[in-house]
Amino acid sequence: MRVLTVDNLAKRYGDRRVVDGISFTIEKGQCFGLLGPNGAGKTTTLRLLLGLIRPDGGQIDLLGHAIPQAAREARMRVGVVPQMDNLDPDFTVRENLLVYGRYFGLAHAEIEARIPRLLELAGLQARADSLINSLSGGMKRRLTLARALVNDPDLIFLDEPTTGLDPQARHLLWHSLRQLMNEGKTILLTTHYMDEAERLCNVLGIMDAGKLIAFGPPGEMIARHIEPSVVEVYGDVLHDAQVIMQPHCERLERVGETLFGYCAKAEPVLQALKPLAALRITHRPANLEDVFLKLTGRDLRD
Amino acid sequence: MMSCLPTFSWRFLAVWQRNFKVWKKLALPSVLGNLADPMMYMLGLGYGLGRLLPDVNGVPYLSFLAAGTVCYSTMNSATFEVLYSAFSRMHVQKSWEAILNAPMTLDDVVLGELSWAASKSLLSGLAILTVIWLLGLQSSWLLSLWVIPVVVLIGICFAGMGLVMNSISPNYDFFMYYFTLVITPMVLLCGVFYPVTELPHWLQTVSSWLPLTHAIDLARPLLLGSMPQDILLHAFALLAYGLVGFVVALHLTRKRLLT
Ligand SMILES: Nc1ncnc2c1ncn2[C@@H]1O[C@H](COP(=O)(O)OP(=O)(O)OP(=O)(O)O)[C@@H](O)[C@H]1O
Ligand SMILES: [Mg+2]
Repeated sequence: MRVLTVDNLAKRYGDRRVVDGISFTIEKGQCFGLLGPNGAGKTTTLRLLLGLIRPDGGQIDLLGHAIPQAAREARMRVGVVPQMDNLDPDFTVRENLLVYGRYFGLAHAEIEARIPRLLELAGLQARADSLINSLSGGMKRRLTLARALVNDPDLIFLDEPTTGLDPQARHLLWHSLRQLMNEGKTILLTTHYMDEAERLCNVLGIMDAGKLIAFGPPGEMIARHIEPSVVEVYGDVLHDAQVIMQPHCERLERVGETLFGYCAKAEPVLQALKPLAALRITHRPANLEDVFLKLTGRDLRD
Repeated sequence: MMSCLPTFSWRFLAVWQRNFKVWKKLALPSVLGNLADPMMYMLGLGYGLGRLLPDVNGVPYLSFLAAGTVCYSTMNSATFEVLYSAFSRMHVQKSWEAILNAPMTLDDVVLGELSWAASKSLLSGLAILTVIWLLGLQSSWLLSLWVIPVVVLIGICFAGMGLVMNSISPNYDFFMYYFTLVITPMVLLCGVFYPVTELPHWLQTVSSWLPLTHAIDLARPLLLGSMPQDILLHAFALLAYGLVGFVVALHLTRKRLLT
């Protein structure tokens, strides 16, 4: 079943095409990861999908509702974890869930009945009566996720859910997201962490300058866009290494003191580099980060 | 929300409820605060000046001042709520953005804030009215009860007007302009402390266009025991200021948050 259909969606700010004709679909139960450098247009895309801003072109069908015309009906069935936490600092953890549930028109008793489960999912049972400002960053993020689930949504949008969290907090959040996927929920998340995308998502989209430049399952994306092996060389005789690697690698990239060799097979490269003992050499399979950097380049965006 | 026409749902009440829930936590100090400032004005000025003035328009100064105090503290309460409190919810805490991710429109949120500010200022007005009743400053019980709907209108009026400032303000400091250029002149020109008829003619003309004048033209006779004149005109003026403010505020807030 199709949960989201986006067709040729466009948004301009002044002369800038912030979202430039993107199209994709998400099926029920999928976890779709939207990747892209800062300013690529990820948050703007989410805001368009929620019907918060008016597109300059294109069509959106979200859970059978046309957006933005029927955005209110669609948002009934959607949960949102925004990029910046906006929990209500005037309330405790429990009150935040209660008050937020009312925005969905839920009855007090109904929300009360859901709260224990939400607190458990967020691992915040012991902090139910704490004020927001006394929570750690990880706890706030988990509570924001719990809040997004108060209406038992079919689809959950998460805008950089783990940015700024420590590894423990990230793993806990991933665990919660997997649990939700097991329950059959559909997830759309944006992230800057390739490991997160690779672990959680079964479909990825890479966005750059408002365009969706790649789309597909992570494994397929790696296979399609990049050579399978990467040899990384660190040291100060990189020029010699470059000359040696050239014939064996499809692509060489130099970033400061590091040389990246992308190749079909690593063995011949490693053999050829043997004489240069002063260099530090590592060899690994190509990953999503390599794809991302290849497609979006290595320049800083802002 | 996408069309120019406002789209409301009954869930705007959830925004009212949210603010009420916060208010309940600090209800007592809040009510005392509602009372303290206007009481000091009324009693300080009423007794202090009242002794120097034999009477104003034939009534004791304290009785004259009573209606002005009800109106101006209702105005202040609604204004502070939509300026500082709503602004911190919108701009600092980003609570409005959180609400907009739920099936709420910005129109619901702004309507919720307006109704909350009007409710809170109703409480302020009622607090002063209670003091007036306790001091026996009203001439007729029955007529003085009609001050309550006037207070509601004042709340709607100034909540609507203040929301416009909320929608364009970059920070808290900006609100000083509104107080200096709008609220303070109104307190001085609309007959809170002295009859408008004491002003030069051209200022009286200015005054007759200001919403607080319409409020006082309704409340003062009611407290002094007579039927106000031009009731519909005054009520309409207060509502019009409030509604025009609300519609303009909606438009500007959409521009601010939803582009
Ligand atoms: N309301 C706005 N007015 C003008 N420009 C905007 C507005 N909102 C976003 N932009 C611009 O649109 C571009 C895309 O922004 P967006 O927030 O969608 O990027 P993003 O992919 O979410 O970036 P990040 O990874 O940093 O969160 C940015 O250059 C931003 O400055
Ligand atoms: Mg973003």
